Amino acid sequence: MSVLSTIDEPAVITSAVSTPRPAFTLLRTILYRFASALFVLWGTVTITFLVLTTLPGDRATILLNITSGQAIERTPEELAPINALYGFDRPVLEQYVHYVLGLLRGDLGLSYELQRPVLSIIAEQIAPTFTLAVSALVLAWAFTVPWTLLTAGRGRRIGSVGSATETIMAGLPQYWVGILLLIVFAVQFRWFPVIGGTGFAGTVLPTITLAIPLAGFLGQSIRSEFDRTMHEPFVLSARARGMSRAGVRARHVLRHALIPGITLSGWAIGHLLSGTVLVETVFARPGLGSVLVNAVSNKDFALVSGILILNSFLYVVINLIVDMIYLTVDPRLRSAT
Amino acid sequence: MTSRKILEVRGLNVWFAGEHGTRKQVVKDVNFELYAGQCVALVGESGSGKSVTARSLVGLTGEGSTVDAQTLELEGQSLLGRSDAWWRSLRGSKIGFILQDALVSLDPLRPVGKEIGEALSLHGWGDRATRQQKVLDALADVGVPEPALRAQQRPGELSGGLRQRALIASAIALHPDIVIADEPTTALDVTVQAQVLEVLRQMLRRGTSVILISHDLAVVAKLADVILVMQGGTIVEAGTSDDVLSRPKHPYTQQLIDAIPSEHTKGTRLTRSGSHATPTLFAPSAPQGKEDTHPVLEARHIVKSFRGPGGTRRTVVKDVSFTLKRGETLGIVGESGSGKSTVARIALSLETPDSGDVRFRGQPWSDATPAAKRAIRRRISVVYQDPLSSFDPRWRVSRILTDAIALGDPGRDVDARAVELLEAVGLNASHLHQWPLRMSGGQRQRVAIARAIATNPEVIVLDEAVSALDVSIQAQILDLLSDLQTRLGVSYLFISHDLGVIHHMSDRVLVMQNGIAVEQGTADEVFYNPRHSYTQELLGSLPRLEYARLRQAVSAE
Repeated sequence: MSVLSTIDEPAVITSAVSTPRPAFTLLRTILYRFASALFVLWGTVTITFLVLTTLPGDRATILLNITSGQAIERTPEELAPINALYGFDRPVLEQYVHYVLGLLRGDLGLSYELQRPVLSIIAEQIAPTFTLAVSALVLAWAFTVPWTLLTAGRGRRIGSVGSATETIMAGLPQYWVGILLLIVFAVQFRWFPVIGGTGFAGTVLPTITLAIPLAGFLGQSIRSEFDRTMHEPFVLSARARGMSRAGVRARHVLRHALIPGITLSGWAIGHLLSGTVLVETVFARPGLGSVLVNAVSNKDFALVSGILILNSFLYVVINLIVDMIYLTVDPRLRSAT
Repeated sequence: MTSRKILEVRGLNVWFAGEHGTRKQVVKDVNFELYAGQCVALVGESGSGKSVTARSLVGLTGEGSTVDAQTLELEGQSLLGRSDAWWRSLRGSKIGFILQDALVSLDPLRPVGKEIGEALSLHGWGDRATRQQKVLDALADVGVPEPALRAQQRPGELSGGLRQRALIASAIALHPDIVIADEPTTALDVTVQAQVLEVLRQMLRRGTSVILISHDLAVVAKLADVILVMQGGTIVEAGTSDDVLSRPKHPYTQQLIDAIPSEHTKGTRLTRSGSHATPTLFAPSAPQGKEDTHPVLEARHIVKSFRGPGGTRRTVVKDVSFTLKRGETLGIVGESGSGKSTVARIALSLETPDSGDVRFRGQPWSDATPAAKRAIRRRISVVYQDPLSSFDPRWRVSRILTDAIALGDPGRDVDARAVELLEAVGLNASHLHQWPLRMSGGQRQRVAIARAIATNPEVIVLDEAVSALDVSIQAQILDLLSDLQTRLGVSYLFISHDLGVIHHMSDRVLVMQNGIAVEQGTADEVFYNPRHSYTQELLGSLPRLEYARLRQAVSAE
């Protein structure tokens, strides 16, 4: 029963968003993101290779010295077999092609120090680090969302309590939190092992240690967006429709507030993957962090660059996932590449 | 009035909590009643308490507010001292609430169908399947074509008119007895405005009562049975629409009516106060007196396209030509998306046309060398709709002005000149040390104008410069602009979607639609004898008061 059959509107006119085939646009957006991810990976590989080849110091000498535990000049006769074995005597371009082709086959080269394939060293260590990083991110979110719903946009007093808590959390140094947690929950109460394995019990305290500062940062960015969104006219509209205050917060405002948090998560996962060394040391936990630190101090460039490339690969993949989550939370981005 | 009384308001007072436990009264002793199928309009400037009055009827006056009244009854039920749950059951089912522009009043992340469905599910109406159907019915009810498709689109994907109708659908899905429409047409183009008013009129015909809040008397005149004029939280005049508009008793009502720019106000002042004392220190930058036949600004066949989403190029300005003579005002009018703002940016040489050119006093301007552009730039200035966003928020007024003065005339005593500029726009030296953020909208726009004239420009581009102002403030600014033009001989490129303002200000008018200049001529030619069908449509959609009759009535007293 259209009471207004007299007014007709020409089809959609305005807004830069309307496009004829949304599904097609979405696909193109995804392809575009994927292509740019590949480009980033290629860039990382190339830069890593260039740094390796142009670094001061002869690679064959470093290699020999690492394996023999000495630091002396080597004669060309000594170096020749090494150069031949690793291909250091061939033209740079050839080395580059060889390197890239190796990577495509999953060959990251041999570790200088351990004389084992870099890939298998990383494969042994990646699981505990990855588990730790992901569980820390999940825990941070699990704390932040209810905390924001509880304290954001509820007036100045509650807001400043919530905000101050987040600032303190964000500012806590990891090693200090880690040691404190160890002393209280592992030594005092004996709830968790002191020397943590990679099992569930051993993962709890390190996860909390990493999640606390992360939750602080996440909370701050989500809170400011939450507060801003609370003043949007559509919030009043929803209330005038009969929605409760809690309903508006959970069903309208939160979604808007999540957007900056998602951005931050993409960055955080990269940070967590390469920054776990402190926590691994405090909890005597295996992982990529300590492998990386050792490799750097031993000038094991093959291992360092392997970890670097793997980390950027994970970083790119995770950011691709973050982008997809973005498109779900904020459909407006679907056609804006 | 024989119909049923729906709402009775007696002695309504609202306070807001201020700092240090003080409270500020924002609504004082407001009385009115509303009958079935009646439209009561609340009219006044921002801060007059009209929105707060309306919100007190749905219990949404906000944190820290206190509402009391002798009587506040909806169909015999008191609205005083009710719980939040009680209010929730009332909102959206008995009283619907429509806010201005649906682009921000509907959740931009959700399809509009979900928003409408939310109104139903919140009140426990039907199940999932019947709600789905009801959503489509509600959209069809307000005249949205292809409701099934539209329900799945987000506000950003809909045109202004469809979006606003979707918002109305979400407020009236459960057929409330009363609909409160708070500035429902503000910021909408005239043709869209006409559509929205038609939807409201249909609702009135079906027996729904409407409380209309607007600062636009012409909109109010189209719908209201009763008009309440509010100022400073109190009702200063109340009466039937006809009485209030044609026989206003209170000086404030008269002032509001006088302030509306239109074809009849052309060449007259909109405010009653006299012109400001003219400082004589102004030296127009170009020689005056001689008949100046060369145009100051001339655009020839400008074309501009942008890359749209999906890589397709969209031509937003198609072969537009105009000339602007010394001391003249050229009005550019059109709806949003017509390309008028792009024309403004090209006239300011902030954007380069794809083809065609703009010349300033016969010299190349759009395709000048960067050095030549810098020399010309200070002779063309601009005032935007929202001055706040074009001021550095960390700068005081003095710095905003001295910065501009130094650009045009570095040798002079900048402080004296700044005061002189402020006086020219009706402010004074005491405003020098203020922050724009703390000033009122009208004062800010005055500062923006002072900055625009600081370099003694020959052309000022006014891009929707008065569109965000209340009608009485708008009147003051328009008067100020007219005074400045007489005094300085400056030319205006006046861009607005408001036909009344354009007619009031312009010597000549250019009408734009979809990037094309569909009509150009003297203001009277275009407005009294529109040749192009689009101009006729625009003028036909324009709500207007019976100005001639009004003016006579006012001056007869």
